[in-house]
Amino acid sequence: MSLDFTEHEEAFRAEARTWLAENSPGRLPSMDTTEGAAAHRVWEQQLASGRWSVVAWPQEFGGREATLTEWVIFEEEYYLSGAPTRITQNGISLLAPIIFEHGTPEQQQRYLPTMADGTDVWAQAWSEPEAGSDLAGIRSTATRDDSRGGWVLNGQKTWSSRAPFADRGFGLFRSDPTAERHRGLTYFLFPLTADGITVRPIPQLDGDPGFAEIFFDDVFVPDADVLGGAGDGWRVAMSTAGNERGLSLRAPGRFMAAADQLVDLWRERGDEAPTMRDAVVDAWIGARAYQFYTWGTVDRLQDGGDMGAAGSVNKLFWSDLDVGLHETGLALLGAEQELRGEDAPHGGRWMDDYLFSLAGPIYAGTNEIQRNIVAERILGLPRGEKRS
Amino acid sequence: MRFAISAEQRSFGQALTGLLTAADVPAATRAWAAGDDAPGLRLWGQLAELGVTALVVPEESGGIDGTPLDLAVAFECLGHHGVPGPWIESVALAPSLLAGTKHHELLADLADGTARVTIAAAPLTPYALDAGSATHAFVLDGDALSAARATSELTSVDRSRRLHVVEADGPSEILADTAVARGLDLAALACSASLVGAGERLLRDSVTYVGQRRQFGRVIGEYQALKHALADVRVALDFARPLVHGAARGLESGGDDATRDVSAAKVAATDAATLAARTALQVHGAIGYTMEHDLSIWILRVRALAGAWGTTSHHRGRVLDHLMRSAACTSD
Ligand SMILES: Cc1cc2nc3c(=O)[nH]c(=O)nc-3n(C[C@H](O)[C@H](O)[C@H](O)COP(=O)(O)OP(=O)(O)OC[C@H]3O[C@@H](n4cnc5c(N)ncnc54)[C@H](O)[C@@H]3O)c2cc1C
Repeated sequence: MSLDFTEHEEAFRAEARTWLAENSPGRLPSMDTTEGAAAHRVWEQQLASGRWSVVAWPQEFGGREATLTEWVIFEEEYYLSGAPTRITQNGISLLAPIIFEHGTPEQQQRYLPTMADGTDVWAQAWSEPEAGSDLAGIRSTATRDDSRGGWVLNGQKTWSSRAPFADRGFGLFRSDPTAERHRGLTYFLFPLTADGITVRPIPQLDGDPGFAEIFFDDVFVPDADVLGGAGDGWRVAMSTAGNERGLSLRAPGRFMAAADQLVDLWRERGDEAPTMRDAVVDAWIGARAYQFYTWGTVDRLQDGGDMGAAGSVNKLFWSDLDVGLHETGLALLGAEQELRGEDAPHGGRWMDDYLFSLAGPIYAGTNEIQRNIVAERILGLPRGEKRS
Repeated sequence: MRFAISAEQRSFGQALTGLLTAADVPAATRAWAAGDDAPGLRLWGQLAELGVTALVVPEESGGIDGTPLDLAVAFECLGHHGVPGPWIESVALAPSLLAGTKHHELLADLADGTARVTIAAAPLTPYALDAGSATHAFVLDGDALSAARATSELTSVDRSRRLHVVEADGPSEILADTAVARGLDLAALACSASLVGAGERLLRDSVTYVGQRRQFGRVIGEYQALKHALADVRVALDFARPLVHGAARGLESGGDDATRDVSAAKVAATDAATLAARTALQVHGAIGYTMEHDLSIWILRVRALAGAWGTTSHHRGRVLDHLMRSAACTSD
């Protein structure tokens, strides 16, 4: 690439590339199966042993203190090597940033190292049956228990990714029923094996149990596991929502690698589907645009700017790109496109990843909600119907 | 690693914006369309004073020797304000073509704004823009460049683009392949930047309009259908611009990928600006469908530029050819 990387950045890239070439396992079985989850945990341990699991973190927590630029370089190399999406990503990209920002030193010591080395896989427990897009509508409760120095959780969470195979959860509970909707929420960390917790796996569209419902029946959580202050949960949670939509979850390397595979597929099958030419090129152009856009974002963040509502622009783009790219791949496969599993072309990668891409416009805040944010906070259009 | 434009580039853009905001560009554009060049030429002179016409002219010919990214910054402003005239031809394309030919002395006049050049380059851009008001016309036929004269005038969908059929008028000179390729890439880059600028203008004016226009007792900007349509325009433009800037950086360092990235930029900028134009028209309703409303300047300009300096089909083909050629199919 013609961007001028420093010698140090180039050296970092070379080191990552070499290590990944020697160690990357390529695609692993789905992390939403017992067998796949185990394989992913092994890979996480291996990443950690090479100190590549959390490159941007401080050394003392297993990181390399990589700059944002280096982090993006690592992600590019990671996906170019064919390595799989990370089973630890909820923890590393959604929870860790707020533990660094809002957690006590004791919480940092207790949770970050086991997250970095893959010992603890975390699940995000935000959504509830009656609170999806309208997250502030959550009903699960936290009741004060002064005698034990903590809180008692009751209620139900749902659509929690990875929860069937995860060790711990993080989520919001209503701790003050008299306060306004956004106030009176508190952010808790808890083991999924705690007394009173039941996890019920829910098979997703791809057939694997990637989601779960989590039921809380008088679950005790000590004060030491409140993240941020009591009643401060909304503010704490929102500091991660931007991460989820923005840079951290969808590094450009992932789309560039997928676009390159699409071009390879065109090489292989283009003659059979010449009308797909434009869609192939547009998918590649989209991935390239995303790569350049990300470098612009990295510049802005390194100059002290923040992601802000631009995370919503970002999310709208990558989620549509991902669906379009995989639909195009399937179109190139012709009648074989419907096959799954071993008998499918390329081991079923195109259909697997297509099914996953379909969730992109729904999770991390649906695309309709993102469009509202872009229209109101970036374009400055008036808020319409009352939403408090 | 730096990707963002520099502080100097930002202040250059601000200076251009200041000048063009103060000038009544829509009036100049309407006059230009009606055959009155005076206000448009006055703008040409003012922009020349700020250095726009000298941007990629080499220093020894009185130019600034600026970068393709400087060019992109300038053309986004020109597109945003709808400035009329053969800017792409004179400022982006001519310097690469004329350097090293017997016409090289023209470069100094181009740089200071006294000369205005138009160039027809079939099949990409077969007609010479504004040959009637340019001081010099050329035809580029493959790698052969010759002076040209206009034989007849054609009508563009954008009335401020006065197109001319031209024919060679004098001997031709054979140019280096690299000079032709670079000139055409810079033209496509400038065209892409103009499209992004025009798209931004269409979005800005639409946002202003839907914040004022009332129907059913509310401002129409409260309706989610319109909000979502405009948000999609924001996304499209936000992702087209990095391609333009990335391509400009590639041309600066001269990598083999630059040509591919220029084509990617032209495709994305055309698509984004076209979405901006269609959405702008839709949210304005019938008032946007009139020539009286200034929106027409950008809606029609976008349509015209979509086909100039290579159609999206041409550029998609170039991207794919490049990708298919690259042996190891990696992007970098
Ligand atoms: C693959 C996947 C993984 C997920 N992982 C997790 C997880 O790990 N943890 C977790 O807590 N949650 C998770 N979620 C849940 C996700 O956050 C919610 O699905 C999402 O917030 C939407 O909520 P909902 O499903 O209840 O849909 P609803 O909010 O009921 O929305 C239904 C439809 O109505 C639209 N809509 C709602 N409100 C508006 C409005 N104001 N304007 C316009 N349209 C509107 C929505 O856009 C959508 O199209 C996951 C979801 C998916 C698909």
